[in-house]
Amino acid sequence: MGLLKELRPILRGFMINKEGDIMSKEDDIVSTEEKTVRLLDDNLKRMDGRKLDELGDIRIEAGALGRADGSCYLEWRGNKVYAAVYGPREVHPRHLQDPTRGILRCRYNMAAFSVGDRKRPGPDRRSVELSKVMGEAIGSVVFTRQFPRTSVDVFVEVVQADAGTRCAGLTAASVALADAGIPMRGLIASCAAGKIEGHIALDLRNEEDNFGDADLPVAIMPRTDEILLLQMDGHLTEEEFFQALDMAMKACHEIEQIEKQALLKKYKEALGGEE
Amino acid sequence: MNAEIDVREIVLPGDLQDPGLKPGDWTYEENGKVYATRVGVKSVKSGYVNITPLEGRYIPKVGDRVIGVITEAMPSSWLVDINSPYPALLHVNEIEKKVEFGNTASFLNAGDSALMEVSSVDEVRKVQVSMRGEGLRRMDGGQVVEASPTRVPRIIGRKGSMISILKETTNCRIFIGQNGRIWVDGEDEDIAKATLTIKKIEAEAHTIGLTERVKTYLKGLYDK
Repeated sequence: MGLLKELRPILRGFMINKEGDIMSKEDDIVSTEEKTVRLLDDNLKRMDGRKLDELGDIRIEAGALGRADGSCYLEWRGNKVYAAVYGPREVHPRHLQDPTRGILRCRYNMAAFSVGDRKRPGPDRRSVELSKVMGEAIGSVVFTRQFPRTSVDVFVEVVQADAGTRCAGLTAASVALADAGIPMRGLIASCAAGKIEGHIALDLRNEEDNFGDADLPVAIMPRTDEILLLQMDGHLTEEEFFQALDMAMKACHEIEQIEKQALLKKYKEALGGEE
Repeated sequence: MNAEIDVREIVLPGDLQDPGLKPGDWTYEENGKVYATRVGVKSVKSGYVNITPLEGRYIPKVGDRVIGVITEAMPSSWLVDINSPYPALLHVNEIEKKVEFGNTASFLNAGDSALMEVSSVDEVRKVQVSMRGEGLRRMDGGQVVEASPTRVPRIIGRKGSMISILKETTNCRIFIGQNGRIWVDGEDEDIAKATLTIKKIEAEAHTIGLTERVKTYLKGLYDK
């Protein structure tokens, strides 16, 4: 564990082999057995001391932004995410209007300074995909037929990233939607599970995601356990897949409770009293 | 003092409601169970659960009195912003005064505000407003305070209790639009005090015993 702490700064993008030489990520792919930096210690504790099925720290604040109709600020391990919801409002451009229902638009964006190396700003292939899948997940819980000819716009801004930003973003978006008073079938909660060094683990951090074997982001509506988003990167056996899915869904129920507390807290705080 | 304030029961989207109750406003039924769809305060009336929303935009309903701001004067009608996702149309036939074709701007021009009533909302939410009716008029003077449309029932109070306290104490003329715009006219000092009180009611709309607290709050403002 002590060694790990010293090495942590170097871990961003580089690994160290048995001889202590720094090797690049690409070298590592060829020679996995050689690595001495481990994601798990002998007691199956992780780099940050968490157990395999332990969720990282989450802090949610509802109504964090003054200009939006609904908003949320969320901190989840090293992730810092803002979500803002506008609407229902008139649709621009007008041709996108649907006279039978409202439309839901979602934009996921990472700030240039959200990652170690500067991220080239603007939409790229990854963020366009995430905007799409997150928008679809949200669209399936919102009663869009109750506000025809309008749009609800969801903006997710990642200010600091530490793996699992789509889950953090969806969780934040769910709180922001509730805060905006958008009618919904239920709240959304999202969490990832994955595989590191042959073990299924919950809520991977950046290093575990990069050097681990698989990542499985899941979003559900905890009320019904309906799956709203499910993606997978890497390889899992069928058994491992269900173990990971189960673990992530269990965590989503925990996350829903944190979301609810955050929403209720807003109204307690409006009174200016503590608690 | 604030610590003892009771909060009414707040429900969140997806919250299960008591069995045996029928779905009312802002709820929905799934597999015989009733759930809330929005953040709001729960109330039960003759077997139905209703959610009074705490957040959200104004959705026009026929008969609502609103404060509209003219966005455009067209030859025989006006386009009106009623603080809702849907813009409203005010036709020249819907005002008491005679206005010549093409001369609409002489009565109401872009930027002017008026008290109006929602006269029709169709299935695609095309909204029409009217200025025929008692008390509906162009507004000259006074100030418009914006509040969340969801807090309007609370600012009016049960049978107008809250608003009558406000009117009596501050000596202001007040008109509350269902769309969250509140017109206040009176002495500058009084307008300021009325505005502060409205903001207080807005922030504490979900609490119990608010009318009494507002009374003491207003007393405090005027005793200074």
